[in-house]
Amino acid sequence: MLDKEAIAKRIAKEIQHNSYVNLGIGIPTLVANYIPKNIAVCFQSENGLLGMGPFPKEADVDADLINAGKQTITMLPGAALFDSAMSFGMIHAQKIDLTILGAMEVSENGDIANWKIPGKMVKGMGGAMDLVASAKNIIVAMQHVNKNGESKLLPNCTLPLTGIRCVKKIVTELAVLAVLPEGGFKLLERAPGVSVDTIKKATLGKLIIEGEIPEMAFD
Amino acid sequence: MTINKQVKNAEEAIADLKDGQTIMLGGFGLCGIPENCIAALVKKGVTNLTCISNNAGVDDFGIGLMLHQRQVKKMIASYVGENAEFERQLLSGELDVELIPQGTLAFRCMAAGYGMPAIFTPAGIGTEVANGKEIRNFNGKDYLLETAFNADFAIVKAWKGDTAGNLIFKATSRNFNTVMAMAGKITIAEVEELVEPGQLDPNQIHVPGVYIHRIFQGSNYEKRIEQKTISK
Repeated sequence: MLDKEAIAKRIAKEIQHNSYVNLGIGIPTLVANYIPKNIAVCFQSENGLLGMGPFPKEADVDADLINAGKQTITMLPGAALFDSAMSFGMIHAQKIDLTILGAMEVSENGDIANWKIPGKMVKGMGGAMDLVASAKNIIVAMQHVNKNGESKLLPNCTLPLTGIRCVKKIVTELAVLAVLPEGGFKLLERAPGVSVDTIKKATLGKLIIEGEIPEMAFD
Repeated sequence: MTINKQVKNAEEAIADLKDGQTIMLGGFGLCGIPENCIAALVKKGVTNLTCISNNAGVDDFGIGLMLHQRQVKKMIASYVGENAEFERQLLSGELDVELIPQGTLAFRCMAAGYGMPAIFTPAGIGTEVANGKEIRNFNGKDYLLETAFNADFAIVKAWKGDTAGNLIFKATSRNFNTVMAMAGKITIAEVEELVEPGQLDPNQIHVPGVYIHRIFQGSNYEKRIEQKTISK
């Protein structure tokens, strides 16, 4: 089983050279720590920045420079600033290559639910509905099952949807899975020491297993 | 002679803002919020306001200060966490809330500033956000029709401005401030530094003064940070 850092580390391997990437809050934020040195990547923060860098040193903290999670950040050489309309303009114009975000549920046809639990305080969708509606590639980082031990990979989402038919890949503490265009979770990799049987038991949606499933490699 | 939009302070800028009006407030979280005008709105005590803003502040700062005085009837926002009083008023039914995707919020402001009645966006297709809205298919993909905002006032905060109303923003405090500045029937800009025309480089202007009706130099900016994160 992978911890959060290892999930982030595995997702980092998915990032293509010379790509623009938007990272959601939580595990996705950690992905930035594991980008291989030979990969050029530019992180977008949807409140208006391309070229987001790490958190600042104490002396460099600037209240006017934050990320979409409202954390203080820095800008890397080559960074660019813009307003919220241009920010979502570049998202909807599909200039952002990859979106990595968390989810409460994903369905076998790639629907995602991650913004609202009926009966609980609803905080809002923020930029998530825009990102999932338009990203060329969407990877979900999440736990395979919820706190009650119920699968989060389902035939259909039960929670209110954030977007439809958009998730391409899922990385959990147990496995890497692709969401096939025709529907179904195709098992690609197992976490070290996790059996296919364990993944089967934790997946309620249609699971497709073809041949030997390799263990994830971390180099 | 140059057009002059300068007013004395926040009190003068909002003097004719009335109960029941719709106002836009710039900022993302607490970054780039019009602190001086919010304080003046609280002092003036206008009520039954509809507020359009990406967030609703925190309990004791930003729009949270107006919520405490029960000045807000309806909030249109994309994300409203970090605010216990907001949650209490929402659950008790005192406050009406419309949550919309962040890009839709930006584009509905932009549409108003560009004189466009509506925009099409794929955000919210297949979700409850699409309920009751017109959907059109372009090139095989569905889009929702979302109408331009219609706000009585837009209130924004810039880094620098001149008395002709030209504005320059710093870092990520630009966020919704530019598009909201363009979208108000009356737009008020408070700035950290107000200068005479000619002292700002025209190449650097983010919002031209034509969109601004009143401008003043603010004071005592707290610029509170919601989550101070530090690298070791």
